[in-house]
Amino acid sequence: MTTLEGRTPPDLSGRNLSLRRAFANRTATILIALCVLIAALPLALVAYQVISKGASAWSLAWFIDEIPRNYRTEGPGMGPAIVGTLAITGMASLLSIPVGVLGAVYLNEYGKNKPLARFIRTMSDVMTGVPSIMMGLFIYVGYVTVIDDRTGFAGALALACLMLPIVIRSTEEMLRLVPDELRQASSGLGARKWRTVMGVVLPAASSGITSGSLLAVARAAGETAPIIVTVGLTYVYKPDLFDGANTTLAAQIFRNASQPFAASQERAWGAALTLIAIVFVFTILSRIIAARFAIDKR
Amino acid sequence: MDLGGEARSRRTDKGFTGLVTFAGLTVLIVLGLILVTTSVQAWPAIVLDPVEFLIGTRWSPSDEVFGTFPFLYGTLVTSVIGMIIAVPVSIGIALFITEVAHRRSRKYIVTIVDLLATVPSVVFGLVGSLVLVPWITPLYQWWAGLMEPIPGLSAVFAHTQTGRNYFTAGLILAVMCIPIITSIAREVFATVPEIDKQGAYALGATRWEMIKGAILPHSFGGLVGASMLGLGRAMGETIAVSLVIGGAVGMNANVFAPGNTMAAVIAQQWGEASGLHTDALIGIGVLLFAITVLINFLARVVVRRAEIKMKGAHS
Repeated sequence: MTTLEGRTPPDLSGRNLSLRRAFANRTATILIALCVLIAALPLALVAYQVISKGASAWSLAWFIDEIPRNYRTEGPGMGPAIVGTLAITGMASLLSIPVGVLGAVYLNEYGKNKPLARFIRTMSDVMTGVPSIMMGLFIYVGYVTVIDDRTGFAGALALACLMLPIVIRSTEEMLRLVPDELRQASSGLGARKWRTVMGVVLPAASSGITSGSLLAVARAAGETAPIIVTVGLTYVYKPDLFDGANTTLAAQIFRNASQPFAASQERAWGAALTLIAIVFVFTILSRIIAARFAIDKR
Repeated sequence: MDLGGEARSRRTDKGFTGLVTFAGLTVLIVLGLILVTTSVQAWPAIVLDPVEFLIGTRWSPSDEVFGTFPFLYGTLVTSVIGMIIAVPVSIGIALFITEVAHRRSRKYIVTIVDLLATVPSVVFGLVGSLVLVPWITPLYQWWAGLMEPIPGLSAVFAHTQTGRNYFTAGLILAVMCIPIITSIAREVFATVPEIDKQGAYALGATRWEMIKGAILPHSFGGLVGASMLGLGRAMGETIAVSLVIGGAVGMNANVFAPGNTMAAVIAQQWGEASGLHTDALIGIGVLLFAITVLINFLARVVVRRAEIKMKGAHS
């Protein structure tokens, strides 16, 4: 029988690593930590610049007044863009979320592993990677040239195309988390499949679906490219999305940022802060709903 | 028993099945319509001179000459610059989150990356064009001076008057791609079997040796897919790039020279375009659509294949 008596046990603490290995390990760890710093830096820069430069533009008039027509005119006014952002994004959600949720129901409850369902799944992943400006060009060709007018509704259609695959994929993830026992219990009670889906599966996943959809809304609210292609430009309130050109915060940032005048640049910063605030609210709401009502915590 | 209700319920069931199937099909319908309608609209500008359209280097809408190659070149240059920066940084962040960070600090780092993803691209463009550009221009000039005596590099990093150029666009793209690459890299790293990592540690490996020996070889395929997804995102990015790239219509080997990309030129010239010019811009969109769909499709295949391979090894 071997015994360790009289011998010191081997040192496993890593203190006697060769210099080279210890150095490589230390350097790699530092470099990896540095990567996090590199990502945090632009975030801090954006946050600092937008808040410090945007806050001075904010006032009561900023949220209410119409947008000055001249780039050189100083002073506030982003009301129409705020209303436009909310209205166009809201309409896009009305169009895309029901279709997206039903599409996800098809994928998870009906199609499952059929070739068609697998194909749709792949294609909606591919569709999330389609450049957003393409959605704008598509709606321009398919809708704007047909009715011969740039409208807020055209922008909503473009944003809806953008949101659709995001809603489908996030909803499907949530439906997958619903335990099969619920479905079996429902059909065991004699419910038909559509009742099972509408009465049991969707309500069980509702918080996850809401949270995923809110993230899609947040992403759509910040989109610029499809808007400048389809929506046109206005300076006044246009609550009716079918009544001619409209505008959004993102489009106003783009327009004002490319001008050399201090007045318009200040409006761009103000609009950026407003837009980030809106996007942030949607994101936080989504987080809260996801954390509060998560399926696995019930 | 109410048999009428039974029949109606069955009909509802059939109708519901049809409804959800149609909803699922909308993805395919929209994708198909995008391809068909935009191609049809762009057709006149493309058939004008198809060869010129694809590889021509002169873009002059007033003469109805539409060579889109400089924009393809710009798209490639900016997204390659973006990827060279974003891929290592994202892998580093993902490694930090999965292997280095403590459970508590992990949450904060994930939040940083998530926040980076929520910033709208136009805001990156705004900060880039009004803050970063004036600040970074002297840096470019200093670097160009440093590279001047070295043949080859002196052409790539040549002197510049403006900070609105390929390189700045690449920097912004890198920042915008970090969240997506990081999140997929994290998923990939999460599939590395715990037993492989513990095995490496048991053999006396340091953390870095464990990462090199157990994690990276296992994840290589998935990381390639993640990088391709990031590349697809970078190539399609429009607004941020159009604010910082300068909007020149030529090609330049100098990465500090102004240029343009496929997506950005559409956004910049859309307002003043009409007739054939608009059709040509839509044609650029069709090209971009084809390229990004192809890259995304390949990336998904690569990621899925890597996942299957890893799960197979595990079970």
